[in-house]
Amino acid sequence: MTPLFALVAAPLVFMLASLILGRRSPHLIWMAAPLMLALAVLVALGVSAGETGGALGGWDAPLGIVLEADGLSAALILASAVTAAITGLFALARFGPAGRETTRRYTFWPLFYGLCAALNAVFISRDLFNLYVALELLSLCAVALAAFGSRKAAMHYLMVALAGSLAYLLGVVLIFASTGTLDIGLIAQRAGDARTPVLIGAALMSAGLLAKTALFPLHGWLPPAHGAAPPAVSALLSALVVKASFYILLRLWSEALPGLAGPGMIHAFGVLGACAVLYGSVLALRQQGLKALIAYSTVAQLGYLLFVFPLAGGGGAATPWAAGAWGAMGFQLSAHMLAKAGLFLAAGIIIHALGDGRIRALEGAGRALPVTVLAFALCAVSLMGLPPSGGFMAKYLMLIGALESGAWPYAAVIITGGLLAAAYLFRPLARFMSGTDTPALRARVHWALPLAPLALGLCALMLGVLSAAPYDLMVTGLPQAGEAGLDEAEPGG
Amino acid sequence: MSTTTLIPVLLLLAPFLPALLSAALPGRARVRNTINISFAVLKLAIVAFALAGVEAGVEYEWRIFFVPGLELILRLDALALLFVTLSAVLWLATTLYAIAYLKGTPHQARFFFFFNLCVVAATGIAMSGSLISFFLFYELLTLATWPLVVHTASAKAMKAGRTYLAYTLAGSAALLGGIIWLESGSGPVEFANGAVLTGFGTLSQSLIFILLIGGLGTKAALIPLHAWLPAAMAAPAPVSAMLHAVAVVKAGAFGIVRVIYDVYGIETVAALGLGMPLPVLASATILYGSLQALRQSDLKKRLAYSTVSQVSYIILGASLAGPFAVIGGLVHLVHQGLMKITLFFAAGVLAERAGVSAIDQMDGIGRRMPVTLAAFTIAALGMIGVPPVAGFISKWHLAIGGYQSGANWVIAVLIASSLLNAAYFLPLLYRAWLKPACDALPDREALAANRTWLLILPGAFTAAAALGAGLFAGLDMSPLGWATLIAERITTR
Repeated sequence: MTPLFALVAAPLVFMLASLILGRRSPHLIWMAAPLMLALAVLVALGVSAGETGGALGGWDAPLGIVLEADGLSAALILASAVTAAITGLFALARFGPAGRETTRRYTFWPLFYGLCAALNAVFISRDLFNLYVALELLSLCAVALAAFGSRKAAMHYLMVALAGSLAYLLGVVLIFASTGTLDIGLIAQRAGDARTPVLIGAALMSAGLLAKTALFPLHGWLPPAHGAAPPAVSALLSALVVKASFYILLRLWSEALPGLAGPGMIHAFGVLGACAVLYGSVLALRQQGLKALIAYSTVAQLGYLLFVFPLAGGGGAATPWAAGAWGAMGFQLSAHMLAKAGLFLAAGIIIHALGDGRIRALEGAGRALPVTVLAFALCAVSLMGLPPSGGFMAKYLMLIGALESGAWPYAAVIITGGLLAAAYLFRPLARFMSGTDTPALRARVHWALPLAPLALGLCALMLGVLSAAPYDLMVTGLPQAGEAGLDEAEPGG
Repeated sequence: MSTTTLIPVLLLLAPFLPALLSAALPGRARVRNTINISFAVLKLAIVAFALAGVEAGVEYEWRIFFVPGLELILRLDALALLFVTLSAVLWLATTLYAIAYLKGTPHQARFFFFFNLCVVAATGIAMSGSLISFFLFYELLTLATWPLVVHTASAKAMKAGRTYLAYTLAGSAALLGGIIWLESGSGPVEFANGAVLTGFGTLSQSLIFILLIGGLGTKAALIPLHAWLPAAMAAPAPVSAMLHAVAVVKAGAFGIVRVIYDVYGIETVAALGLGMPLPVLASATILYGSLQALRQSDLKKRLAYSTVSQVSYIILGASLAGPFAVIGGLVHLVHQGLMKITLFFAAGVLAERAGVSAIDQMDGIGRRMPVTLAAFTIAALGMIGVPPVAGFISKWHLAIGGYQSGANWVIAVLIASSLLNAAYFLPLLYRAWLKPACDALPDREALAANRTWLLILPGAFTAAAALGAGLFAGLDMSPLGWATLIAERITTR
C-alpha cells in the first residue's frame, strides 16, 4: 500500500513545495524525477511479485478508499513516470532557473506535479468518484498548461473538458442511484440487476471520456491545443493526459461492467477507432506545420486503443494470443507515451533552433541537428509500428488478434494505418535529410537537450526489443474480460 | 552461453558494433576505417568457423522470446550460411571500396552507421529461423537502406528515396499481412518445420502465398514491382553495389526461396497450382529486364535493369521443382552477387576517376584503366554465361533443372536471355577495348595522378572470386558444392 499511496502523495508534496520555493522551484525536478521513477519501479516489481494494493487506513470498500494496481496500471505508471521525468528535465531548459524570469516559470512546475499526481491517482483508483476527482485535477492542470500556447485553444479545451466531466458525473450519479455503490468491484456484482439505468449511465460516462480522450469524432479540440503549446507541454498533453480518460473508459467496461456491453456497442467502439485511425492519419498527411502533424498523429494513434473492445478475447482462450489484444493495447499505450513525447520534444528543439515550424522550411535539419533528428526518427519508427519497436509489438498483437477472430476489416485498418503513418512521418524526415547546405541555427541548443528525446526514442525501441517482461507485466492480473472478450465475460466475474 | 548459441549472436554483433562506433565517432575517419575493416575481417573469421561447423552437422541456434507467438530465432542452417558467407565477403570488399570512394566527402559517419546496419539486417535475414524473425530484419533493412539511397540529398536522390519507400513499405505491409494471416491459423511458423496449412482452404492458401511472394517480390524486383530499383541508382556507387549484390534484392529472393521450401514446401506449391505461374513470372522478368537494359544509354541504369533480370534466375531456379534447378538458383545467389558487385565497383570507378557514366563515353577506356576494365570484362562475360566464369555454372544447372522438371521452355528463356545479355554487354566491351579513345577521356597522366588502389582492388578481387567460383566449382567448399549440400539437405528432409 505504501508505495501506491506515495505515488499520489509525493507529486502533491512536490507541487506544494514548488509553490513555496518560487524562484528556486525548478531545482526540485532533480529530486522529483528519480523519486517518481523509483516509486514506479517499486510498484512494478511489487505487482509482478503478486501484490495488488489495499485500503487506505484499513477501511475497506465501500467505506474506505481502495488503491490497487494490476499489471496494466503498473506498466502505465512506469511508462508515464519515464515520460514525465524526462519531459520534466527537458522543461528545465525553458522553465528552468537559467531562463528569463517569467510568470510561466512559476506556474509550470506546480501544474506539472499536479498533473503527475492526478495521472497516478487515475491509474490506481478503484472508485468512480475518486476517478472523477483525479480526472478533474488532471484536466485543470492540462488546460492551464495548454494556455501556455494558445488561450483560444485552451478555452476550447476547457469547454470540452467541462462538458465531458459533466456527462461523466451524470453517468456516475445514475450508476450510483441504481447500484448504491461507487466501487468498481461492487458495481460489477450489482450491475446485472439494473441493466438499463446502468447502461444509460455508462453511455453518458463513455461520451464524456471519449471527448476528453479526443477520440473521433470528438477530437476537434486536440490539434490546436497540442500543436500550439510549448514542446514540453505538448509532450505531457499528448503523451499522458489523453491516456488517463481512455484508461477510465477501459476500466469501466472491462471491470465495472463486464458482459454488459452487447456486440453492437463493442463494435461501435471499434468503428469509432477505425475512423479515428484513418481520418487522423489523412489529416496528418495534409498538415503544413510540424507540430500540427504530430498532433493529428495523436488523434490517429488513439484510435488503435479502441480496437481492444472488439478484439479482446481473440479467437478463443486456447491460443497463445488470447490475451493478445489486451497486451497490444498496453504496448500501444506505453509506446505511444514514450514515442509521442519524444517526437514533440525533438520537434520543439528543431523548430526552436531553425526558427520556423513549417515542414518545408526545415530542409537540412538532419545536418544541423543530427542527434535530434535521430531521436525524431527513432520515435517515428515506433509510431509507424515498424520493428523492433514497442509500436510494432502493439501492431503485431493487434493484427494477429484481428485475423484470428476473423475480424478482417480491423486488420485492414491496422495495416493501412501503419502505411499512412509511414507516409506522414517520412514527409518531415525526408525534408530533414534533403538539400545540400546546412542551415544556420537561429538559437543555440544546449548539448544535453537532444538527449531527452533520444532517451525517449530509445525507450520506445527497447520496449519492443525487450518486450517479454513488459508483456508479462501488462497481462498480470488482467480482468477476465481482457482474456475472454468484453461480451463473453460473466457479469460479476 | 555455449558456442552453438554464441555464433549467431557474434555474427550480428560483428557489424552492429562498428555501426554504433561509427556513429559515435564522427570526424575520426582513420579510427572509424580501422574499426570497420577489422570487424569485417573478424566476421569473416567467425563465418569460416561456422562453415566448418555446419558442414560437420552442428546446429547453431539462438532464441529470444518477445511476446506470445513472436520469438526471435537465429539459426544457421546450410542455406543461411550461404547467404551469410556471401554478405560477409562482400561486406569487407565494399567497406574497403566505400572508404576510398567516400574519402573527403561529408557525412561519412552517418553513411557507415546505416551501411553497417544494412549488413546487420542482411545477416539477420539470412539467419532468421522463423517467418516473423525474417520480417523483423526485412523491415530493418528497409529502414537502414533509405538513408543510404538519399545519402547525396540531391533532388533526384530524394525522389528515388520516395519511390523506394513507397514500393518497399507497401511490400512489407503485404508481407506482414500474409505472415500474420498464416500464423493466425498455423501458429508461429519456423523454417525448420514449415507451416501447418491444414486449417486453410486452398483459396486462402493461395492468397497467403501470393501476399508473401508479392511482398518479397517488391524487394526482389519482380515485374511489375521493379520500378524502384533503376530509380535507386541515384545512390553512391558502394550503396548500389551493396543493394544489387547482397542487401536488398537478394533479401527478397532469399525470402522467396525460404517461403517455397521452408514454409510451404515445393510439393504444396505445386499442388496449389502455383508451380507454373511463378517460374513464368520469373522468366518474364528475366526477359523484360534484359530488354530494358538494352535500351539504356546510362551505364548504371543498364546494370540496374540487368539486376532485375539476373535476380529472377534465383527465383526461377527455386520455383522449378527439381534438384538441379534448386542448385542453379541457389548458386546464382552467390554468383550474381560476385559478378554484379564487380560491375558496380567498376562503374563507380569509371564515374569517379574518368567521369564516365554514359555508355558512349566508354570508347577506348580499356587501355587507360586496364585493371578495372579487366574485372568488368570477366564479370560481364560471366553474366552472359561464358565458361569458365561463374555465371555459366548457374545457367547450366538451371537449364538441366528446367529439362528435368519437364519445363523445356526454360531452356529457350535461358538462351534468349544469354543472347540479350551478350547484346547489351558485348558492345560495351568492344567500345572499351577496341575502339580508339575519344578526346573527352582523361589522359594517362591525369589518371595516374588520381589512382587509388583501394578503389580498384576490391573489384579485381571480386572478379577473381567470380572466376574462381567457376573454375573450382567442383570443390566441396565452392558455392556450387555448398548449394549441392543445401539441395541434398532439402530433399532428404
